[in-house]
Amino acid sequence: MTDESTNPMRDAIQSAISENPVILFMKGTPEAPACGFSARSVAMLQSLGTPFAAVDILPDPRIRQELSALSNWPTIPQLFVDGELIGGCDIVTEMYESGELQQALGLEPAAPEAAPEAAPAEAAPLTIENRL
Amino acid sequence: MSATPEELKTRIEAAIPGSRAEVSGDGHHFNAVVTAPAFSGLNRLAQHRLVYDVFGEEVGGRIHALAIKTHTTSEEA
Repeated sequence: MTDESTNPMRDAIQSAISENPVILFMKGTPEAPACGFSARSVAMLQSLGTPFAAVDILPDPRIRQELSALSNWPTIPQLFVDGELIGGCDIVTEMYESGELQQALGLEPAAPEAAPEAAPAEAAPLTIENRL
Repeated sequence: MSATPEELKTRIEAAIPGSRAEVSGDGHHFNAVVTAPAFSGLNRLAQHRLVYDVFGEEVGGRIHALAIKTHTTSEEA
């Protein structure tokens, strides 16, 4: 589409991923998720008590476009840990239940448990469009 | 035109050699359980990408959501 070297949207997404050890790209915000898959992913991260950055992809369709081009992953949410894509809601759920997510986040391994239902949150939302 | 579970199943099985797919869904949100020898040696992310790649940009568009569970053939044998 555009020349990668002059793609401020993609650069902003890439720096958000690099600068935040745990970052979730989602529909809506942790306080008001706009999609069940995003809500479940937020609930799992919150239940582990791990701080995470969240980016709402809904305000500008280019965020999702550029994110998917960058990550080679078509769906939302997308969880990144230490700059690496962990996966979407399915993979995050499987890893949460097996304890692999806790490991990836550098937390004490906990006994496997069922994924929690969505719950309210307090993580600060991050906006990509403000970074341009 | 909305997609059907049968269409998704046929396309996955045609695109991934030796795969078996069970797909359910309402025309927009789908669940696919896919078993294939091609998954062997790949991590979950790469396994799911193989399935998403069957549909390209249709995922997120015509196929609003596609939940995937993958198994290698040997795991199920």
